[in-house]
Amino acid sequence: MVQYIRTGFNASFAALSDATRRGVLEQLGCADASITDLAEKFHMTLTGMRKHVGVLEQAGLVTTEKVGRVRTCKLGLRRLEEEAAWIERYRQLWDARFDELDKVVEELKRKEKGDGRKKRE
Amino acid sequence: MGARRESEPTPTKNRTTVERKSDRELVVTRTFNGPARIVFEAWTKPELFQQWWVPKSMGMFLRSCEMDVRAGGRYRLVFGHDASNPDEFFGRYIEVIPHSRLVWTNDEGGDGGPITTVTFEERGGKTLLVMSELYPSKEALDAAGTGAADMMRETFAQLDELLVILGASVGRS
Repeated sequence: MVQYIRTGFNASFAALSDATRRGVLEQLGCADASITDLAEKFHMTLTGMRKHVGVLEQAGLVTTEKVGRVRTCKLGLRRLEEEAAWIERYRQLWDARFDELDKVVEELKRKEKGDGRKKRE
Repeated sequence: MGARRESEPTPTKNRTTVERKSDRELVVTRTFNGPARIVFEAWTKPELFQQWWVPKSMGMFLRSCEMDVRAGGRYRLVFGHDASNPDEFFGRYIEVIPHSRLVWTNDEGGDGGPITTVTFEERGGKTLLVMSELYPSKEALDAAGTGAADMMRETFAQLDELLVILGASVGRS
């Protein structure tokens, strides 16, 4: 399953074929920026920009830091060494999966409740 | 850059932990806010499994997913945007105990592949999930990890190059 890390990296490279994300990297190469700044610059919604930044973060290209209500993005290559690095990468993969699994679980719970109500009626 | 305000929800989420339990075992744990039968269902029904196994944020693309979830049944997942260069993961379920335990092999890497065991333990309406990957030897786990670490180094080297190119284009404009 550690093999999935390789698949993740292939995906990260695929992610860089996106013009907006390359633009964001260029922008952050000049100066740090908040997600709001980037959204305005690229004429996007906050949600849309958050997704792009998320992909870059997964690729280890950008780091973000939240101070108060503002999330600042910086160009940052993450270089953890050896074992720590791939275990952290592995954790991130599972964390991302499990965030999605949370949504599936919520959806199934909602359905189950709905079915329960129908049966009682 | 101005410190403009940005409203972001801060949901409380359960933590994912990874521990190298021994020379040849990795263990991932996570709690889910739902009963074990529901979490188990999400691991064993292909139409649900596909919704989370390939997180959108990873940018991966799942071409196909076949799962015959019963002892001795096989599974095969095919990833990749490029049909001529797919990434495949496949193996066999060894143990399937509804709502509590799944065990499968990972055969894509040949003999050195780990055995994955997932247990679902319900506590007060929540489910503690523990996933273990047990490699045949310390060397097999180290090799998988070193392979991943090499991949990361290579990736970062390529990213460095890309950033130099991007930097140069910024300089010109």
